[in-house]
Amino acid sequence: MKLTQGCFSFLPDLTDDQIYKQVQYCLANGWAVNIEFTDDPHPRNTYWEMWGLPMFDLQDAAGVMMELAECRRVYGDRYIRISGFDSSHGWESVRISFIVNRPPKEAEFELVRQEVGGRAIRYTTVRKPAAHAEQ
Amino acid sequence: MNAHAGTVRGKERYRSGTMEYARMGYWEPEYTPKDTDVIALFRVTPQDGVDPIEASAAVAGESSTATWTVVWTDRLTAAEKYRAKCYRVDPVPGTPGSYFAYIAYDLDLFEPGSIANLSASIIGNVFGFKPLKALRLEDMRFPVAYVKTFQGPATGIVVERERLDKFGRPLLGATVKPKLGLSGRNYGRVVYEALKGGLDFTKDDENINSQPFMHWRDRFLYCMEAVNRAQAASGEVKGTYLNVTAATMEDMYERAEFAKELGSCIVMIDLVIGYTAIQSMAKWARRNDMILHLHRAGHSTYTRQKSHGVSFRVIAKWMRLAGVDHIHAGTVVGKLEGDPNTTRGYYDVCREEFNPTRLEHGIFFDQSWASLNKMMPVASGGIHAGQMHQLLDLLGEDVVLQFGGGTIGHPMGIAAGAIANRVALEAMILARNEGRDYVHEGPEILAKAAQTCTPLKSALEVWKDVTFNYQSTDTPDFVPTALETV
Repeated sequence: MKLTQGCFSFLPDLTDDQIYKQVQYCLANGWAVNIEFTDDPHPRNTYWEMWGLPMFDLQDAAGVMMELAECRRVYGDRYIRISGFDSSHGWESVRISFIVNRPPKEAEFELVRQEVGGRAIRYTTVRKPAAHAEQ
Repeated sequence: MNAHAGTVRGKERYRSGTMEYARMGYWEPEYTPKDTDVIALFRVTPQDGVDPIEASAAVAGESSTATWTVVWTDRLTAAEKYRAKCYRVDPVPGTPGSYFAYIAYDLDLFEPGSIANLSASIIGNVFGFKPLKALRLEDMRFPVAYVKTFQGPATGIVVERERLDKFGRPLLGATVKPKLGLSGRNYGRVVYEALKGGLDFTKDDENINSQPFMHWRDRFLYCMEAVNRAQAASGEVKGTYLNVTAATMEDMYERAEFAKELGSCIVMIDLVIGYTAIQSMAKWARRNDMILHLHRAGHSTYTRQKSHGVSFRVIAKWMRLAGVDHIHAGTVVGKLEGDPNTTRGYYDVCREEFNPTRLEHGIFFDQSWASLNKMMPVASGGIHAGQMHQLLDLLGEDVVLQFGGGTIGHPMGIAAGAIANRVALEAMILARNEGRDYVHEGPEILAKAAQTCTPLKSALEVWKDVTFNYQSTDTPDFVPTALETV
């Protein structure tokens, strides 16, 4: 399964040159750039681990690329995403987010169905155990 | 129009009988609207021989305190405060016989937080007034004090994006087709394929409620199976707008509660349920962490013709106050009515914190939204992947692009249709952010993306020549310079 969170998951994985341009786009908009990583990419996991603080006041995407390289060196076996944060009034939230690193073996999920009253079902999305995920 | 003798005051004003509206205090050319006034702009087309000032004053009168004759009971009230005041009348550029009438209403004329009361005042009585051939409510300005009495969108664009974890690109949706006749089981199949393929949302159509071929509980159950399966298959949050429109509020609440129980993140209503029902559902949605989608079913009966009715920009403003999260606001390039400039005005009403006056977009007043949430406009009807660059250019990033036929009609199947749309969208966003001239290079960008995506290649071939180029009926009437005052 290819995890399709983020802005560009339906395209071939972005090259560093492409990532650089997207980061430059964030900086041109005055957004703070954040690098986050996780080994738990559940669709409801909002809080990935932060690789340091969001980078405010940067001029050049090169700084982000250096941090990304360092993050990849340590957590290359996890999902890493870059996001742009807009602090302007009325937004004060993420404006773009995209995956820049995937583990060699992508996460897989399965659906647990709990049959409740009538024909209703309560659904829970859970991570498939790694052994099963290969199939 | 200086020929008017001005407002009659004192004892003479209340002599029994009839009097011109323009002399009863409903035409006040010297009046400067207060910051706290509600202002309405009407397009007035008087019957032949009826003076435009008198016709406009009559609109002010009949939408506030007046009746056809003088009544002494006015004198028991602070009548001058309660009279709506027409303060400006301009000829409509290029449309002889029609006039723009600006009318100011004191805030005390309106019940706080009630679209029903607001609309009963402004459009309740005057549209059938005999001295007028036609009347259209073009635009309104709401003072901040009044805006603050409304809840506003239950969720808003920002929180919707946060809940969905989707940023930086338009959302993608599709309306399930055929819109009538599918069984619940087959309907859910379409939802599953489209969401698994790559769409964020699927949608019930406006007239899918609870019919013999598919009752609502069946639809909800199968759709939520589909949503959850697609979510597990992609690792991405998915949703389907479950239409809870029904005959009574009790029925709607029952359906909405069931949608919530099944874990849906969004429910849907139709405009035809009425303003009060919409506000009730908006409050329900806020209480229940639910996104509220509004399908503007029926609006074209009164929004489309320029001479008579209510402009959609007014409906959009009312709906932002009323508190829906999504509203269909036009595609420009698709199959339904939509002049680019007029549509731009609607989108601004949905999404901006402040709308400056822009006559070329049909926006006649500065409007502050006082931090009310933003509404997500929805573009639906006759659009396809090959138009992605135009859609992004015309509609921007905070919009749901709904490709119904453009997903389900794909020659390789529904999931392939969804993939084509998603790849086209992501390729276009990537190019835009890289600073490319994506509007002009659009076809090239799509062709390049199609090299590694067969479904997109196939979509571009099938729909390459589909366009809907017809004359718009609802376009702004303005001259770029200041208007002459009559």
